Formats: sequence, C-alpha cells, structure tokens
Amino acid sequence: MTKIGLEIHCQLTNLESKLFCSCKANYREFEINENICPICMGLPGSLPRLNQEAVKKATMIAMALNCTTPDKIAFFRKNYFYPDLPKNFQITQLNIYGDTSIGGTGSIMIGEKKIKIRRIQLEEDPGRLIYEGSSSKNLITLVDYNRAGTPLVEIVTEPDFENPKQVRTFVNIICDLLENLGVSDPGLDGAMRADANVSIEGGNKVEIKNIESFHDLEKAIHFEITRQESLHSRDFQIIQETRHWDEKRKITVSARSKEEDLDYRYFLEGDIPWIIIDSHIKDKLKSKMPESISSKKERYISKFNIPTQVATVLSSDKFYSDLFEKSHSESNAKEIANIITTDLMGLVDTREKREKSKITSTHLKDLADSIQSGKISRTSAKNALYEIVKTGKDLSQIILELDLGNVSDESELLKIIQEVISEEIQAVEHAKSNPQTINYLVGKVMQKTKGKAEPKLTLDLLKKQLG
Amino acid sequence: MNLKISALEFVQEVKNGNISAEDFVAKTLERIQSVDDKLHAFLSVNEEAVDKAQKIDKKVKSGDKVGACFGMPISIKDNMCIKDSKTTCASKMLENFVAPYDATVITKLKEQDAVFIGKVNLDEFAMGLTTEFSAFGPSKNPWNLDYVPGGSSGGSAVSVSAFECIASLGSDTGGSVRNPASFCSIVGYKPTYGLISRYGLISYSNSIEQIGPLTRTVKDAAFMLNIISGLDVNDNTTRDNKNEDYLSEIDSGIVGKKIGIIQEMVGDGIDPAVLSATKDAIVKLEGLGAICEEVSIDMVKYSVAAYYTITATEAGSNLARYDNLRYGYDFSVEGYEFNSYISKARKNFGPEVIRRMIIGGFVPSAGQAGKYFLKAMKVKSKLTKEVDEVFKKYDLLIAPTVPILPFKIGEKIDDPVSLFLIDINTVTANLTGKPAISLPFVISNGLPIGIQLLADSMQDKLLLQAAYALEQTVTLPEVPI
Ligand SMILES: [Zn+2]
Repeated sequence: MTKIGLEIHCQLTNLESKLFCSCKANYREFEINENICPICMGLPGSLPRLNQEAVKKATMIAMALNCTTPDKIAFFRKNYFYPDLPKNFQITQLNIYGDTSIGGTGSIMIGEKKIKIRRIQLEEDPGRLIYEGSSSKNLITLVDYNRAGTPLVEIVTEPDFENPKQVRTFVNIICDLLENLGVSDPGLDGAMRADANVSIEGGNKVEIKNIESFHDLEKAIHFEITRQESLHSRDFQIIQETRHWDEKRKITVSARSKEEDLDYRYFLEGDIPWIIIDSHIKDKLKSKMPESISSKKERYISKFNIPTQVATVLSSDKFYSDLFEKSHSESNAKEIANIITTDLMGLVDTREKREKSKITSTHLKDLADSIQSGKISRTSAKNALYEIVKTGKDLSQIILELDLGNVSDESELLKIIQEVISEEIQAVEHAKSNPQTINYLVGKVMQKTKGKAEPKLTLDLLKKQLG
Repeated sequence: MNLKISALEFVQEVKNGNISAEDFVAKTLERIQSVDDKLHAFLSVNEEAVDKAQKIDKKVKSGDKVGACFGMPISIKDNMCIKDSKTTCASKMLENFVAPYDATVITKLKEQDAVFIGKVNLDEFAMGLTTEFSAFGPSKNPWNLDYVPGGSSGGSAVSVSAFECIASLGSDTGGSVRNPASFCSIVGYKPTYGLISRYGLISYSNSIEQIGPLTRTVKDAAFMLNIISGLDVNDNTTRDNKNEDYLSEIDSGIVGKKIGIIQEMVGDGIDPAVLSATKDAIVKLEGLGAICEEVSIDMVKYSVAAYYTITATEAGSNLARYDNLRYGYDFSVEGYEFNSYISKARKNFGPEVIRRMIIGGFVPSAGQAGKYFLKAMKVKSKLTKEVDEVFKKYDLLIAPTVPILPFKIGEKIDDPVSLFLIDINTVTANLTGKPAISLPFVISNGLPIGIQLLADSMQDKLLLQAAYALEQTVTLPEVPI
C-alpha cells in the first residue's frame, strides 16, 4: 500500500509582525533586504522577542485541527549551517523532551478517511535564496532576508494518505480552514509549502523537500509514486533518501548531501522562557475563534434551507461566506446564497479578479431585495452584478444608467399586453380555454420588454384582460 | 582634581558645582593616557566623551533636568553594543563590527546622562578568567603588573581599580564580574538572572549570564543597579523588580540574619590566605549580629563540569553565526572555492573560543548528549533544588570569591583544566540564577582577596545590605598605580 505523509509549512501572513521582532510579517511588498532589523538578522547581542499573537494564532490552528494543546510550551534551537539562516540556528519546536510543541496529536476527516496529525509547531521562516546565472560557472546564490523570521506553522501528519488525490483534498481543507480562522492567506506566493514522504508497498521511505506550492505538491507526489513503481517493477531497490522537487523540470532529484545524517544538536532556547497556555487562556481563545466551516454549513442548511451543495461551497470559502454573513437576513438568505454561488463565483473566479472586485455586502443585499420585490428580473440582476463587480456603483444608479428596472407601471404594461393580445389571436383563444397556456403570452410580453416586465403584475393584468 | 572618588561622591560634587563633569572626564582621559599603556584595560576610548560631559555641565548650570549620572565616566566591557561604535568582543572575528543599535543598559545609562569613556578588554567572547585570551593582548593587574587582573571582565575591573573611570559594566557567565573584582580589589555584582536586560550583550552562554556593575563601593553597585535593572520588552527573560530602590535602607544591617558557610567552597585546594580571610569575614559578620553556620551543598562538586558542558553547548550555538561569511569576512568579492572557505571559516577565532566551540559541537551531539549535555542539565536542576532548600533555612551564603590568590600572567594559560577549576566558587550563582557579590576584603602580600556573598533569587536588596554592612568593617590600602 502506498503511504504518504506531509509536513505542511504555512506562514501566518495575517499577523502584523514577524515571530521575534517588529518587522512586517507581510514581507512581499518590500525591496530586497529592506524588511530587516538587528533581531531577524541575528546581529550580535540581539535577542528574540516572542510575538504573543503568533502563539495565540498557532494555538487556534491546533484547536481547529482537533489537536491536543499542552499547558506549557517551549522553543528549541535547531543548529545547522545554511546561508538563509542568519544565526546559523533556527528557533523551532519539537517533542523529544516531552510534549512542548504548540499542538500534539489530532486528526481531521477527508470524507470517510481519517488523517492523523502528529504535531503542530511554531517556528521562524528562514530567508529566501535567489539563484542567478545559468551555467555552473556563473551560478550565484543571493539571499533576501525579508522573509527571515516570518511566523511559520508546521503541520506534521502521519503517513495516512494513500494517493495524491487525498493529499489534494486535505490541503484544500487546510487552506480553507486557515483562511476561515483569519490567520493566513494561503493564496499568497510562498505562503504554503510542503515536504512529503512517500513509500510504496515493499519500498523504503523517500522524503521530498522544498515543494514551494500546493499546486506542485500533488504533482511531486504523483511523480514520486510513478518513479518508485517503475523502479519496483524492474526489481530495482528503492533507497531511503531525500530528494528535492525541481520546480522547472517537474521531477524529483536526489539530494547530493545526506540531510538525514545532519545532527541538529537540539536544545532549549534559553532566551524565550516557557510559555503558559492554561485552560483559562485556551477558553478565551476558543470563544474568539471564528465559527468552523462545518458548523457554518450546518447552519446554512438547517436555518435557511439552503441546498447542501450550495452550503458546502459557500461555507468553505471565507471570501464568499463573509459576504453572505454580512448581507443576508432571514428572508433573503436563500436568494443571496443563490446569487453568490450561481453568478458571483463565475465573475470573480481568480485571486486577481477578487482583489479588483468592488462588490460589497450592501450590493448583495440590495440585489436580493430588488429581485424579491420584483424591482428587477433575475436576468437584469445578473447584468447589474457584472457592473457592480466592475465599478462598485450603487445598484439604484446602475438600474437607472442601464435601464434595468422592471416595467411595473400598470398603464405602460397594459399597452404592451393589449399589443400582444391583438397580435396573438390564436394563443389568446387557447389561453381562455386552457389557462395553463397563459405563460406563452407572458413570454411574449417579456420579449417585448426585453425581460423587464414585472412578472407577477404582467400575469395579473393578462388574466384580467382575458376575462 | 581627585579622581579617586565614588560614584555617589561624584554625583554630589557635580550637583553642588564643586567640580564639572567636563573637567573630571578630561582628567580621566589624561589618566587613561598615562597609565593604560601599562594596564591595557581599554580597547577603544570615546573621543566624544569630553563634548558629552560639557553638554551635561550646561544642563546642570542652566537648571535643566539632569540624569542621575551627571556625566559620570563609565567604561563598558566590549561585548555590549553601543550604537555606531566598535564592539569587538576582543576577537579578530568582530574586529570591525560596528553596532547599529544600543544595548538596553546603554540606553538606560544614556538617559541618565552617563558618559561612556571607552570600551574595555575581556577574554575573547568572555571565555576565560584572566583576560589573557583577548585577541588584543592581556590586561594587567594594577596591584602588580606581572599578575592577571582576573576575567573575563578584566578590563572593567582594571579600569575601575586604577581610576580610569568611576564604574564599569561587565558580564558574568561563571564569575566573570566577581572574579576580576576580587583580583583587583573592587566590588563586583552579579544580579539575579533576569534582573538586568541582556539585549545588546553579545551572548556567550545566554541561559546563565547577566550584566553586572563593577564599582568601588557597595553603594555604587546599588546606584548602578537602580539605573540598569528592570523589565525590558527586548529581553523576554527579564523580571519585574517593581522599580526597586536598592540604595534605600542599604544600611539596615544584618542583625539576626542566618548565613551559611558553603563547605564545598572552602575545602581542598584553597589558599591558606584565602581561608583565613574567609574566617575573618565570618567573625566580622557575627560581630555585626549575624548567625553563621556551616552548610553543605553536595552538587557543588559537579558544578564546574556542568558549567563547562552547558556553556560550551550554548557557545557552540551562539557563536555559530560568526562563520567568516557574515563576520570576519576576508575573501575576494570575486568569490572563492568552497573548500578554501571551510578551512578558513573559524580561523579568526582564538584558541580558547575554538576549544569551547569544539566541545560545544560534541557534548550535545546525537549519541553524546545523554552522557554530557543532558547530564549537565540534570546537575544544574539538582543544584538549583539544593540551593533553594538551603535558602529556606538561610538568608545568605558566604564563600571566598576565588579559592586562590591572583597568579602571574602566563602561569596557567597552558593548563586549561586547572584554570577551569578556579571557577568552582562562582559558577553556582550562575547555574542557579541567584544573585552574588564580590566584596574587596583584604590585601595579602600585595595581592587582593575578595569575599563572596550569595542570596536567594530577587533578594538583591538584602544581599546589598549585607555586603554594605561587611564593607563598613574593612579598610583597604590604595592601589599602587
Ligand atoms: Zn526584524
């Protein structure tokens, strides 16, 4: 049986500052080596100053993943030499001397499959290496320390996955969960990275390091399984090793150095005293935690009678569920859920489009109310939504400018109905004997008004005219 | 102008207008000019010291608010960062390192109008107890220039003892403030761990070291502590002392206080002169109304071994960043062959630092940690438990600061193990986080002997009161330089 385990690294991008200094956690907007200070550069004499917010957020993640949370946590030094590591050690967590990591064992379900979580730890992100030059002769490595010290949460799973598809489902759930908690923006470049270990039946475990995006994670695992199976089928031994994911060539390559042989000489980080996270603090955090995705989904279904499929889509995406939460009322909830899942999602289907979009909860509320009161038709509403996303103008203004409002003036509508009656003599006769065919005439009125005739009024007037 | 005054006297004199800070600082610089060739306390002298003092004088004259130091010249061990000035740790590795920020203690002293007269010598990265391991040459003991001044804060002790400043800041990892204070016949104070911010102190063994003042009197130590102690957001290990005033009630006396005499620190290998000084001190303390009893702390036997294991482990990690890439870089910008880098990576370190980094790579490594590092940590926690127990019965503990007399430069440098053992009386305070003070007590055949008192955590005020009481019973000759 194929066994896959993951180490997921997610940056807490929504925090104000880095894990041990006041430089920005969101380093992406800076020029190279601009978002740095004596602490994150590890200058002589500097000391780490623990960001308490990061501890809270990481604890929330642990709780959301149903992990145990110890009452006391500690940080350790992982000693190794690497250019992206200013101090030549990384401040991280581990559980070799008791459960001192911010999260212990836990699990989440992906469908019927249970994925066990071994540990969650809080640590500092190293700097970023930039490679320049093409041939080995002019190859140079540059270091950008803007990222150094960014709060990173590592989620370590047991090797419970059986195929890449389960991995994809899992990381999607993790992304939604982190976003819903408001701790991270998984869509940001480099915010979510992973290492994976893969072994097939009868083979040794192979670690794949440095997978810089979740998009590549599935590919890397797929490649690795295929590689191992092909070796196995030809009776070659699968050696236990560390391999790197080559982003450009989309293959895994054997790491030159034996990283598993490194001795990290872990020991307690004395500059950060033990942190107490007692039940009082945990209760407080729990009460502040946003409603979970599954609870939202249940609520949408039971309270508003929203179909399961719609509720699933709506609840799992923070952008949409936030819009929904802010705009809906008891009476228009279903309508709003509908607008979001059938129309809005198509209009803002990429990150870029979302960021550019001008839509607010007020827009959605106005739209739903206008549909329900018959002020505009669903077709017009769709057109209006397109304008709203593009311009952010008020709905009323858009209705005026694009002439999207329903014809609800009785005399105006009556004129058009009489026109239709005079043109559709046969259909009128039919309708008189068989009231069900009246819809044909309504359709004709709609045609003439380009869909803007107020449907209920049209029907009433038609019925009256036909006697 | 009399340079031989205490910090408190200096403050009074400037306040009263009897002397100006500018004159005093200028005269101090002259003194450094004339004696430091022989002593080598200073690694660099602050050229702007006189200007700074002049500005403070102006404030005094115009009646503006003046900080508590009134332009007092203070020397700083060269392992603490002062913005825009060199901070070398007496190492070739940091020979050209200019700190871009102030240590917290420096910020606090600046706010109180202290004048930094210069940066003073130490054993490289504070590893040693003689200053002979300074990459820039040893300091000399002002009591006898052939002798070591102690260390690692040797430059601090020499500069205070030889009137090249009024007070100094040193750092104490295993006795590095108290040992040179004892050898140079001044007061050296190692506070409770966490009482003074270490932000800006270049780490050697961060879990046990503290910055501490070296002064001429106990009151001066209390005065300095008032300024530099307290909670600091930049050092998560600092403790809230609620702005304690260590000077007030310093003359409370020690009537009825119970003092334990640590047996393991007055036993084998102690110099007879040191033993007799210790006995004198005990008699004097009893004369002041204290009750002295012998007490045994079994784990002290293993303290030095644990100390060297823990400090080497932490040093191996703390100093890993000095890899000849980020600091001490001496390669062509055109690049170099990787193996040539490896062979040169640590070559800017001196022998003692290399020795400890090699030990520090070994003792916590996989397969060895159980035999060495983890065992040392166990000793540390057992020792702390024992000492905590002792402090349930006693208010204070007493032992000589160093079991032997100062020795000659070069005498022990080739025998690292015998050097290590000299730390036996001082490392306990570091391993347990307790406050300790070395008080100048007697000059024996021209060589100083210091007496050490220890108190329980956060009992720094009591400790200073006891030291002050004992100090009042002591008269010492003037330093012969
Ligand atoms: Zn920073």
